Amino acid sequence: MPKRTDIKSVLVIGSGPIVIGQAAEFDYSGTQACRVLKSEGLRVVLVNSNPATIMTDPEIADATYVEPITPEFVEKIIAKERPDALLPTLGGQTALNTAISLHKAGTLEKYNVELIGADVEAINKGEDRDLFKGVVEAVNAKIGHGESARSVICHSMDDVLKGVETLGGYPVVVRPSFTMGGAGSGFAHDEEDLRRIAGQGLALSPTTEVLLEESILGWKEYELELMRDKHDNVVVVCSIENFDPMGVHTGDSITVAPAMTLTDREYQILRDIGIAVIREVGVDTGGCNIQFAVNPEDGRVIVIEMNPRVSRSSALASKATGFPIAKIAAKLAVGYTLDEIPNDITEQTPASFEPTLDYVVVKVPRFAFEKFPSADATLTTTMKSVGEAMAMGRNFPEALNKALRSLEKKGSQFTWTGPTGDKAELLAKAVVPTDGRINTVMEAIRAGATPEEVFESTKIDPWFVDQLFLLDEIAGELAEAEKLTPELLRHAKRHGFSDQQIGEIRGLRPDVVREVRHALGIRPVFKTVDTCAAEFAARTPYFYSSYDEETEVAPRTKPAVIILGSGPNRIGQGIEFDYSCVHASFALAEAGYETVMVNCNPETVSTDYDTSDRLYFEPLTLEDVLEIVHAEQQAGPLAGVIVQLGGQTPLGLAQALKDNGVPIVGTQPEAIDLAEERGAFGRVLRDAGLPAPKHGTAFSFDEAKAIADEIGYPVLARPSYVLGGRGMEIVYDEASLASYLERHAGLISDHPVLIDRFLDDAVEIDVDALYDGTELYLGGVMEHIEEAGIHSGDSACALPPITLGGYDIKRLRTSTEAIASGVGVRGLINIQFALAGDILYVLEANPRASRTVPFTSKATAVPLAKAAARISLGATIAELRQEGLLPAEGDGGTLPADCPISVKEAVLPWSRFRDVAGRGVDTVLGPEMRSTGEVMGIDRVFGTAYAKSQAGAYGALPTKGKVFVSVANRDKRNLVFPARALVELGFELLATTGTAEVLQRGGIPATVVRKHSEGEGPNGEKTIVQLIHEGAVDLIINTPYGTGGRLDGYEIRTAAVSRGVPCLTTVQAMGAAVQGIDALHRGDVGVMSLQEHAALINSGRK
Amino acid sequence: MTAPAPTTPRTRRERVPAVLILEDGRTFRGQAYGAVGETFGEAVFNTGMSGYQETLTDPSYHRQVVVMTAPQIGNTGWNDEDDESKQIWVAGYVVRDPARVASNWRSRRSLDEELANQGVVGISGIDTRALTRHLRERGAMRVGIFSGEALADEQTLLGRVLQAPEMKGADLCAEVATTEPYVVPAIGEKKFTVAALDLGIKAMTPQRMAERGIEVHVLPAGATLDDVYAVNPDGVFFSNGPGDPATADHQVEVARGVLARKTPFFGICFGNQILGRALGFGTYKLKYGHRGINQPVQDRTTGKVEVTAHNHGFAVNAPLDKVSDTPFGRVEVSHVCLNDDVVEGLQCLDTPAFSVQYHPEAAAGPHDAAYLFDRFVHLMAGAPARTTAGS
Repeated sequence: MPKRTDIKSVLVIGSGPIVIGQAAEFDYSGTQACRVLKSEGLRVVLVNSNPATIMTDPEIADATYVEPITPEFVEKIIAKERPDALLPTLGGQTALNTAISLHKAGTLEKYNVELIGADVEAINKGEDRDLFKGVVEAVNAKIGHGESARSVICHSMDDVLKGVETLGGYPVVVRPSFTMGGAGSGFAHDEEDLRRIAGQGLALSPTTEVLLEESILGWKEYELELMRDKHDNVVVVCSIENFDPMGVHTGDSITVAPAMTLTDREYQILRDIGIAVIREVGVDTGGCNIQFAVNPEDGRVIVIEMNPRVSRSSALASKATGFPIAKIAAKLAVGYTLDEIPNDITEQTPASFEPTLDYVVVKVPRFAFEKFPSADATLTTTMKSVGEAMAMGRNFPEALNKALRSLEKKGSQFTWTGPTGDKAELLAKAVVPTDGRINTVMEAIRAGATPEEVFESTKIDPWFVDQLFLLDEIAGELAEAEKLTPELLRHAKRHGFSDQQIGEIRGLRPDVVREVRHALGIRPVFKTVDTCAAEFAARTPYFYSSYDEETEVAPRTKPAVIILGSGPNRIGQGIEFDYSCVHASFALAEAGYETVMVNCNPETVSTDYDTSDRLYFEPLTLEDVLEIVHAEQQAGPLAGVIVQLGGQTPLGLAQALKDNGVPIVGTQPEAIDLAEERGAFGRVLRDAGLPAPKHGTAFSFDEAKAIADEIGYPVLARPSYVLGGRGMEIVYDEASLASYLERHAGLISDHPVLIDRFLDDAVEIDVDALYDGTELYLGGVMEHIEEAGIHSGDSACALPPITLGGYDIKRLRTSTEAIASGVGVRGLINIQFALAGDILYVLEANPRASRTVPFTSKATAVPLAKAAARISLGATIAELRQEGLLPAEGDGGTLPADCPISVKEAVLPWSRFRDVAGRGVDTVLGPEMRSTGEVMGIDRVFGTAYAKSQAGAYGALPTKGKVFVSVANRDKRNLVFPARALVELGFELLATTGTAEVLQRGGIPATVVRKHSEGEGPNGEKTIVQLIHEGAVDLIINTPYGTGGRLDGYEIRTAAVSRGVPCLTTVQAMGAAVQGIDALHRGDVGVMSLQEHAALINSGRK
Repeated sequence: MTAPAPTTPRTRRERVPAVLILEDGRTFRGQAYGAVGETFGEAVFNTGMSGYQETLTDPSYHRQVVVMTAPQIGNTGWNDEDDESKQIWVAGYVVRDPARVASNWRSRRSLDEELANQGVVGISGIDTRALTRHLRERGAMRVGIFSGEALADEQTLLGRVLQAPEMKGADLCAEVATTEPYVVPAIGEKKFTVAALDLGIKAMTPQRMAERGIEVHVLPAGATLDDVYAVNPDGVFFSNGPGDPATADHQVEVARGVLARKTPFFGICFGNQILGRALGFGTYKLKYGHRGINQPVQDRTTGKVEVTAHNHGFAVNAPLDKVSDTPFGRVEVSHVCLNDDVVEGLQCLDTPAFSVQYHPEAAAGPHDAAYLFDRFVHLMAGAPARTTAGS
């Protein structure tokens, strides 16, 4: 039965900004779905507030709305576009929740929009704990297998306390209903834990509901990815086994595909349960993910949960197997059945089968605890990782070692040098799951732990434990062997040891190991991911390396360009860089090159097998990249390697690749060095006559102190060669400087620390530009809303700049050109300026694609990354203008006067983290980037655009109610005007004594509330923290002094996070918010598609 | 909680060299696995990611050297429950990365030990994907595995491989079948009696029937029509088994007798090929066969797709596009493999008989096709062949 003919247009909802638990995988799935639907001849309408996505590229959908994903805005889009159907299963929990809200509000019925891919009843059965328990019971009655953990549903704290008794005491698991990524869940070991976790869970759950559950800590954990079509054909796409047993969120676990330690009988029981569950829940078409716990002692199976939608795990499963779940889910949603859909990889067999793997896949999570030093790094059932890397090998150890080195993080790889620690201590440490527990386990093994001891401490399955012992034994052989024989070297390589690890063990440099290896002819081969374990010939060149015999890379004739991706998502290096890589691939394929993508991040569009001509799913280390370059040079002509689009990861490899004779296209490594190395960059600026803030570089405290004394405090201190402001701080005095250097000793061992004058009260400006050696194309100028000192990645910004005039743009253009030319850029450059006292300072320049490229591209309707890729390979800006890739005339600095305003807002992961005492972490912004994602708001005027950005990022700005104001002294003189405006807009102001005085002197009425530190008043007057917890405050404005934050502010801000009240921490943001609220008050806020936006800008350009 | 103790001590296994040589001369070098020595057979690959114990003990693999495409084999050890017959039948075993410890609460010993105990010669550490691709492109062929004292120069070894018998024309089911009849009692209330011809039957097959109230009389491969009717059966079942169906003339004759008497008939795998021959269709050898547990088969009577367990190197040659007239009335192809359109099931329209080429008993493999046993029950309960749709 072919596709339905009654659906002509479909609305797809994306997942919004990247947050922990909902990341780039939904760009991957959404992009696949939109492409499929479009190719089926449907009109695709898309809404996603996240500009850094491929899915929001104007050519992916027919009408693309970069608007907040809230029921209000989606209704506006529905009213305007009148789609026949809504597909809610590809945009994570955000899309699903929005669809449910629209259904409940009657919007879908009102506009006659059909929900496809899942119905509301199925969503509820899958997501509602109590209903799902009923599902599992029904399944058990039918097939005799599967049960739920014993549990109770609670709607109040009283329920919760009684519930524990019913379950027979602590520990218990708390799980709030309808939250994504397990937000708000955790283990309670006593009543205090319980009150805290359940209290927050009740608040987080949109249905004020939490579930208490018996503890199944330490059981084996599995996941199945299933798909079902309208004829009730069901296939299991992939099984996944967690290396970390129950107790760690699967997003934070090391996971392995396929399942490694199940007999067929046990596996088939899981499969039977999975199929029965998907039928019972009633997911008619599409994918779902089901999680199981298996008791290692007797095989008892508990069904933990199911997601009736495409999930993070399904993205992983798609990459792991080559079976494109999202693409197929979209086809099923419009009426196809599995047997009617061809398997893309084989082209000759249908999708109604179950992929079989002849390799092992390992995924490892990447954490960012270093960004949140006060956060508790213990892994629990709440997801805390910010990204992941995946690797494939022909055995588990090979895949594991590759995955660990893909993390690209100091200490992530196993090491066998240095003293072994104390066994008992290490085993005790390994009891608690944390980032890097696997390394602790390996250390314990080195220190003499037995397999039984490791199992006792960790409950990691004995088979996995033995694989770690195998690695340790090979390391031992390497260390003991008199000579590094070809057999031993091959043996180590077959188990994934890197040249660097082997070198470390043998006391050799990695390049020496590599030379020896090459001399012996020991090189990896590349195998194909083909869904069928070689049963049928594969047509899709999706490769992974392995030290095996036969390679499958086919010869080619077209010149190839290798694009190095950005590796696992992390704070500071996220989906934005993947966006640029994907664009390069598209542009270069169009220009006649064969594109070869290298990346190890399963969440991305770049690692989709049909994005590039060839895909290598490989770690981005020098060794791995050199082998790919070699393989591709064997296969045919190689035009070069692009390193400037994937962020710091490929940039860091540039020089070494060039030194090894690899042709780097575009900006050369020497130029990159020129921009990174402060002294050299200083000379570039001096030659161009451009001012930079006073600065110096220091290798020691004495040097740093001397520089700081000369410049005057406060100073901005940071390590060189880092991204995302890692380790960057504003230092206010000498003592803080000393402690800064102590804390960051690890980051500045190889490279100096940079000390800059901190420009107080400066306007920060970001510029993205293209340079081809002769001509500059100013991509866009962004004015930050927060002042200099807040990391640009965490700051909101506006494009076109809202307060800069033609003279400023002219200065920016001249400076940018001077720097691009001085550094030697061929492609993209991003420069940060600060405008202070009418002097334009250069803060830093990065000769690569920046985080803002997708935003700038969308705001100005020009594909900058595509142009950069072409320039890298020799095209000139003039040629690209002629071709139409760039506008014929003008650029991002000469936008038409009526150009809509785009606002970018950062999204921060505060609600994810708790300190060890279980309290929230502080939300103050600083020079170190901590945001995970971003949203974009577009409208004709700044206020509305800003309001949209807030609605997209955190929830809508309030239009009435109570505003609490408490600002630092230096902000008090800027407070009066926005405060007065709020009162005029009908808000009631609450303030602490000091701020209230300032307001009253300005003639603004404000109610004084008690500080947290003052405690409750004699007549029961509530403190501000209590008021926030009671939901009596609608907006909070609280600016801190310094980065430490006094305790009061900390309590206020963490209360705001846990109760979801908008909280602004800069006075500039307050000003913007007032404009936004004012815009909301003034009436109807419209929606505009990117296609309309582009038409508007382009008509202005003509 | 106590540790499920690893069933074998971890020892650094000595790497004993082994060689695998295909009849076309392609050679792979690795380490001995299981028993040391030499073995010959037809090289075939199995793509299942689970269920090696069931695969190894499946009599249909008699005289075949099985290459596992899944690289990590032996992880769950060997237990006392999952055997599909009394012994390991494969002639040789080829894996990439064997487990060093077994981890499963039911495991009793390691796979390595079990192979060695039963004298099964294997090889590990070779590029099993390269070997699989070779077999896919060139077709299943003879192979030898050599280790220990059996090692010699490649030419000598190749000569020995070329002397080994071929699978085409091999009459093997008597070698694996029971010699004495036995009865598998019905579980719960007995509803039917079935005479099951053992051509290499797997333990799960009578089990699946017994679960449905069938008392199964398992008879030797050479049982006559009189033997079959001596148990007074409500239905007759022909099992899976090894070898070339073109050699099974005796069983074809017995099948014709059953069809003539209109006793409900159900065949699996080899049993399907015999029904095909009994109806007058030919059989042929597939290039490299279907061996795995992920094969999409469409039930053409319902249009539904089931994911199924396969182990067959031969297939029935029957037209897909029309109903065929046979001496026993009209017959249609009821099931087809969606990967390659191979005939996977036959349905007689005028005689109470049907069969499938794949394994509804599914051990190892998915349980999607278990409804076929219900069809058999319906057939014995007197339902007309055409309306016995599955669950």
